[in-house]
Amino acid sequence: MANQEKIFQIKNLQMWFPIKKGFLKKTVGHVKAVDDVSLDVYKGETLGIVGESGCGKSTFGKTIMMLNTPTGGEVQFNYGGQFKDITKFTSQELFQFRKKVQMVFQDPYSALNPLKKIYTAFEEPLKVHGVNSKEEREKIMQDVLKMVNIQPDYLLRYPHEFSGGQRQRLCIARALEVRPEVLICDEPVSALDVSIQAQVLNLMKKIQKDLNLTYLFIAHDLSVVQYMSNRIVVMYLGKIVEIADSRALYDEPLHPYTRALLSAIPVPQIHQEKKRIVLQGEVPSPINKPSGCAFHPRCPHCTEKCKQVDPTLIRHNDSEHMVACHLYDKES
Amino acid sequence: MSAQASTLQQANKQQASSLLRKNIRKFVNNRLAMIGLVFVVLIVLSSIFAPLLTSYDPSQISLGEKNLSPCAAHILGTDNLGRDVFSRVLYGGRISVLVSVLGALMGSFVGMVLGSIAGYFGGKVDMLLVRLSEIFQTFPEMILIMILVAILGQGVGNLILVFSVTGWMTTFRMVRNEFLALREETYVQVCEAFGMSKAAIMFKQILPNVLSPVIVSTTVNVAGFILSEAGLSFLGVGVPSSVPTWGNILNAAKSVEVVSNYWWLWAVPGAVISIFVLAINFFGDGLRDVLDPKQQ
Amino acid sequence: MEKKNDFVLDVKNLSTSFVSDKKEVRIVKNVSLRLRRGTTLAVVGESGCGKSVTVHSIVKLMPKNAKVTADQVLYRSAKDGKEYRLDQMEPYGSEMRKLRGAEIGMVFQDPMSSLNPVYKVGDQVAEGLIQHTGMSKAEAREKVLDMFRKLGIPDPESRINDYPHQFSGGMKQRVVIAIAMICNPDIIIADEPTTALDVTIQAQIMELMKSLQVNDHKSIILITHNMGLVAEMADEVCVMYMGRVMEFGSLEDVFERTSHPYTQALLRSVPVLGLAEGQELETIPGITPNPADLGPGCEFADRCPYCEARCREKDIPRFELSPGHYVRCLRYDSYQEVE
Repeated sequence: MANQEKIFQIKNLQMWFPIKKGFLKKTVGHVKAVDDVSLDVYKGETLGIVGESGCGKSTFGKTIMMLNTPTGGEVQFNYGGQFKDITKFTSQELFQFRKKVQMVFQDPYSALNPLKKIYTAFEEPLKVHGVNSKEEREKIMQDVLKMVNIQPDYLLRYPHEFSGGQRQRLCIARALEVRPEVLICDEPVSALDVSIQAQVLNLMKKIQKDLNLTYLFIAHDLSVVQYMSNRIVVMYLGKIVEIADSRALYDEPLHPYTRALLSAIPVPQIHQEKKRIVLQGEVPSPINKPSGCAFHPRCPHCTEKCKQVDPTLIRHNDSEHMVACHLYDKES
Repeated sequence: MSAQASTLQQANKQQASSLLRKNIRKFVNNRLAMIGLVFVVLIVLSSIFAPLLTSYDPSQISLGEKNLSPCAAHILGTDNLGRDVFSRVLYGGRISVLVSVLGALMGSFVGMVLGSIAGYFGGKVDMLLVRLSEIFQTFPEMILIMILVAILGQGVGNLILVFSVTGWMTTFRMVRNEFLALREETYVQVCEAFGMSKAAIMFKQILPNVLSPVIVSTTVNVAGFILSEAGLSFLGVGVPSSVPTWGNILNAAKSVEVVSNYWWLWAVPGAVISIFVLAINFFGDGLRDVLDPKQQ
Repeated sequence: MEKKNDFVLDVKNLSTSFVSDKKEVRIVKNVSLRLRRGTTLAVVGESGCGKSVTVHSIVKLMPKNAKVTADQVLYRSAKDGKEYRLDQMEPYGSEMRKLRGAEIGMVFQDPMSSLNPVYKVGDQVAEGLIQHTGMSKAEAREKVLDMFRKLGIPDPESRINDYPHQFSGGMKQRVVIAIAMICNPDIIIADEPTTALDVTIQAQIMELMKSLQVNDHKSIILITHNMGLVAEMADEVCVMYMGRVMEFGSLEDVFERTSHPYTQALLRSVPVLGLAEGQELETIPGITPNPADLGPGCEFADRCPYCEARCREKDIPRFELSPGHYVRCLRYDSYQEVE
């Protein structure tokens, strides 16, 4: 992966939401949704981002799309070999950037305006981005629909006439209209039925291959993320705790949290002897994060050092496998 | 390719018209709404074509014929100045309907725009607008209207203005609350991700989804303003008393003597106001049912 | 009666339909299932398959426009050794009310909305106890404290006086389980108890439920869509699709001798951790049909790779492949047909 071309270079990204109280809306604290995250995304890969609710994975996705204005750090995007920091973009540059990176959201039921025909919903983004001829627009609309196996005459229907899986395919198709290079998928299948999930996942894989897309695949379900991704990022309370190749993460999870997460997932196979690590307690609030390593109150290997010093993300054995845990300090 | 595209366009048009037809059928099947519509149209038409329905001038004073009970010459009698009540009710409808409908529409418009802005942007803008609406709401309405009338002076145009200034708050609140919920909907984020302008998202994407409660509140306001106009004219701060309106006609019934002896002076305008208000409400309810996407 | 066939709940031919706009739509069709004492029965299926409706029909918590019919819904109480015919009881009558809570406890999907935000959690847990046993408040408090300790709620003496919003999601679900457990019921019905929770919290709750079954000999009906949970929790599995029990059998029957094409497809389409790279998931073609426009015959016919003309002719009977393993599929018509 290292010799591959990068598409995103994210450095120390920070997204803190102020908590405002009282009549004068005084800031009394911050929700540290994304806290000092650095990450490279390579062209053509699927980067999975996994974590429990409140770990900041969705906020991360929205922030690198600039749907939130980050409170710190940079997001460098590769414009034909030249990196530009999108956090400093003017609104016009940002508008152009929207064609490069698109997003598929979790809830396909609310992702389509219930009052608008699919035709209108598909036409609007094209009009906004200056595809002025009606013929051209309709050609693009039919092309993207073909990609997601939906008949063109379905354009004339209203969203409520579609099932969840079809709606999610429509949402993917609409995101593809502007020919993006990167697709950020925020829990794209978690609202779908089990028997539909596989359809959408396989379709997404096929589209990626055909269009040479880069995916950022955000989900809470590690088995889905592992199926889709080349590399996986594990997040906990706004920080990255581990980055590894999808296979390596499964074979040799390093961080105690990753291990617990892996062992907590119920596997639909019987007679499988599995040692389960049941974590005590719950995820603390991202407002008052524990000192030191944020995971230390639940960690079975917690030491004094963990309570005081926040571990940094380091390479494990000089490999691509990175982990933020004091257990692996001596190796650095 | 182009052949296919053109068929798509045609199909699009066809389908739009079939949806319209479906909605019309749905409305026609709603009996109360249809009754409402019929009465509204009837009242509006008869006000417009008043000269065809009566030969009397509503302001023609004829002291020899004052306080006549309904008879062949004056089918709804005459008032204390001998003016024909039927003719006054017909002509009065022109002003009353105009004032109330325009006032309600303008009030709703102001409420919708401010509510959209407050709900979509939130934060300080929202706080300011909400406080403003609270000030308007807590200030006694009659006094507020009277102050405004004192500033602007009497007259039909000013009354419409006064109504739109004092009648935007309910719509504002409703639209704002809906916006607060709807701006979290995924389709709003999708539009943001495509880089659509804020105005387009607010007014083209979200606003259509809040129209049905606005329609209801507008019709309620129409009803309220008819009564307000009557009340204001009754107090002498509405439309000048020389102009016939439903409120001004009711003015004639100010005294106990009139109420007990000359029933047609208050019963007739009173009944017309009630019928019109009810009809508008039924009509609004029906319209809401047709437009509600959840029921399609 | 020998222990192995000690069924605490025995349901035969339960059907439920909803009436709306003068149209009757069948949501649950001829469901028969049995729950052995001290075991877990998993009812698994996708949304809209009727799994929740089935269980709610059993305990008769149904809205007015629902029509429930059954040949038999039999509950054998361990406390008094009596048999109760739930199907013959008034849905909201006193008998049924006595059974619900006291003998059958329910845990719902969303712990956030299962608790009333304006009452202390201790009082909410104690309420059932006071209602069903007439216990005094002080006694009830002791019982609640015991229950909190047992369910692993830390610091019960002070938490008993807290309000729901002071609890996290996982702790709230423990409180909900405490409410279901407080009257020491025989059966616990858990309707997607962990869907709203994170995986690490789900593991905690599942561990807790398992210990209730093993240590306290509770019989559990677990409603879920997660095949992984089924594999870990269940002794017997009931696979539902479009209101029908497609396959019913022991865990081994369903996972190792998977017989119904739907179950087979479902198991192959779920991503499993540790899949080899490049391995493709199988997909089930088509979309979940609308129950109102299903034709005669097998509900899965439109999406089934083995579908034949005869599959669409009439309702598919149950075939018993081995004792206790039932499948509704004509591919097994050489086996004994049972009803």
